Amino acid sequence: MSDVWLVLGGTLTGAVGPGISVLYATYGELITERAGRINLGIEGSMLMGACFGFIATVETGSVTLGIFAGMIGGSALSLILAYLVIYRNTNQLATGFALTLFGAGITAYAGRSYVDSTIGGLNPIAIPFLSEIPKFGSALFDQDILAYIAYGLGPLLFWGLHYTRTGLSLKAVGESISVAYAAGRNPYVIQIAAIAIGGALAGLGGAQLSLGFTHTWSEGMTVGRGFVAVGLVIFAMWSPLRAMVGALLFGGAIGLQLQLQTVGAPVSPFILDMLPYLIIIFVMALWSHAAARAMPEGLKGVLKATT
Amino acid sequence: MTTPISINQARGIAINLTDRPIVRSLMAIAFAFIVFGIFIAIIGRDPFEVYSKMFEGTLGSKVGISEVGVRMIPFVLTALAASIPARVGLINVGGEGQLYIGAWAATGVALYMDFPTIWLMLPAMAIAGFLGGAIWAGFAIALRHFRNVNEVISTLLSNYVAILFVNVFVFGAWKNPTGFGYPYTANFEVESILPAIADTRLHFGLVLPVIGIIATYLFLSRTRWGANMRAVGGNPDAARRRGIPVLRYIIIAMLVGGGLAGLAGMSEVSGIQHHLRPGISNSLGFMGFLASWMANHNPIGIIGTSFLIALIVVGGDVLQFSGNLPSAAMLILIGLVLFSILGFRRFERKTE
Repeated sequence: MSDVWLVLGGTLTGAVGPGISVLYATYGELITERAGRINLGIEGSMLMGACFGFIATVETGSVTLGIFAGMIGGSALSLILAYLVIYRNTNQLATGFALTLFGAGITAYAGRSYVDSTIGGLNPIAIPFLSEIPKFGSALFDQDILAYIAYGLGPLLFWGLHYTRTGLSLKAVGESISVAYAAGRNPYVIQIAAIAIGGALAGLGGAQLSLGFTHTWSEGMTVGRGFVAVGLVIFAMWSPLRAMVGALLFGGAIGLQLQLQTVGAPVSPFILDMLPYLIIIFVMALWSHAAARAMPEGLKGVLKATT
Repeated sequence: MTTPISINQARGIAINLTDRPIVRSLMAIAFAFIVFGIFIAIIGRDPFEVYSKMFEGTLGSKVGISEVGVRMIPFVLTALAASIPARVGLINVGGEGQLYIGAWAATGVALYMDFPTIWLMLPAMAIAGFLGGAIWAGFAIALRHFRNVNEVISTLLSNYVAILFVNVFVFGAWKNPTGFGYPYTANFEVESILPAIADTRLHFGLVLPVIGIIATYLFLSRTRWGANMRAVGGNPDAARRRGIPVLRYIIIAMLVGGGLAGLAGMSEVSGIQHHLRPGISNSLGFMGFLASWMANHNPIGIIGTSFLIALIVVGGDVLQFSGNLPSAAMLILIGLVLFSILGFRRFERKTE
């Protein structure tokens, strides 16, 4: 019985850290999808962020520069998608997926001499008093700076999407390009901006992963976190606040897996490694009908799942 | 006597020529190779040397040609795994995972079933591989039908699950007790091995993609069912009104696609590896997906695009070996080729 509590407690404490990188990628994908585009290259953008963030940190010694390098790397990759899908009318899913492989190639090539490098990276900053709250205090308030920014970004995005002119234009484009056009907006500029910002946020998530979480770089280190983010956006029904819940869920799955390994559960570690992916598929299936109703109109052509 | 053609006629011919998809694709491929050549020059290597090494190492020798053929087998099969579902409007990004499960199922038969001859063993393994891949793809279609989960995301994520699933066995129950602790299964008996062709690494798994391409081509272009599939992919509502059982087509297309990817897995373990180990595929299924899109899902075109990707991959291994370029750089070239083929394509009907 005490084991169960140990595992549950550990899962909660372990849920926040691994979830942050996915949360950024989910925010990024959410902005892109709200503008009516889907970017499967987000996985590649995360790798770009993780790789170039790490390289810049090693070379300059500055984590801040590393974070910016990661955002630029992620954004640059997503701009290729913006050009191809908007100006060349290519299939979004195939283009995005190819972009992921392209990013994997670039980062494997660029990062190969940095595999053994070590960095100080981002360190946890304990917030006085809050981090001393028993049980979950240290889990939430003893994290690196990017985690605190991620907490703030959710409500900020929520407000931005629903209560600002820019946010409303973005949503309008996602619902109907021609209506947005008739209302005097330039839909393509908005979509390009949304894709670029989405890529930058995914890059930031990747940078958080290599600079704040693992403190190392290795080839393909995101192992599908970007694709998980695409799933989480659907689970989140395109709401930044629900995205936070989703990221916590993904982090929780990883935390649970680590805890079960620590207490020596008699299960193959590879089965535990499957948990995060299975849980994402499971929650998508659970909320799929509500998600289908909440889907931006502009995505329905691509993301349809009924026949 | 021939009359010289006017400038306008010449322009007309040129435009007609560049209208052809094959010409556009070749232009796009040339463009990608030029861009990659510039990239090679920027990182301080000689692009001409790199390309000539690539060419020599692939098409310049018997070994090179057979290696290209060996790579083409899984590329063609996993490309068909993407293209057949694409006919009915499904996007199967799960070829990689389906390949792993197919390899797993075929290995299970090879290790635990006692067929006395190769004539029984290999077909049994192929059937197991096909069923494994098909069932794995079936999960995605069930999620789509019953729970409205888009197949793109479910197939993408299931790739990671499949890779881990294979690890469970090769690190666990199926680990070779005499393998010095390496995560390999025991080596296959001779009945479970696809024989090599003419003393090369090329093996008789070659018949799988050949049959696959011919059967798919004939089925899609010469039968009523092939035409119906196109109708389902174009407009499912219209197809349904014409009395076509849409759901049945969708299920079968996805299962056959997954099955073909599973066959690719069977051919890899039985023809090349002769045991199951982690990382048997290393993105073969993803490359097949790209090959299918490069060819616009046309089965004949898939031969060409799989050949091109095989050329790049084998060339990349040669370059890695000779110390010219790490093979990871080849993923960049493959990405460039796909982007330019998609980008050079004329604006057409939105999607198929």
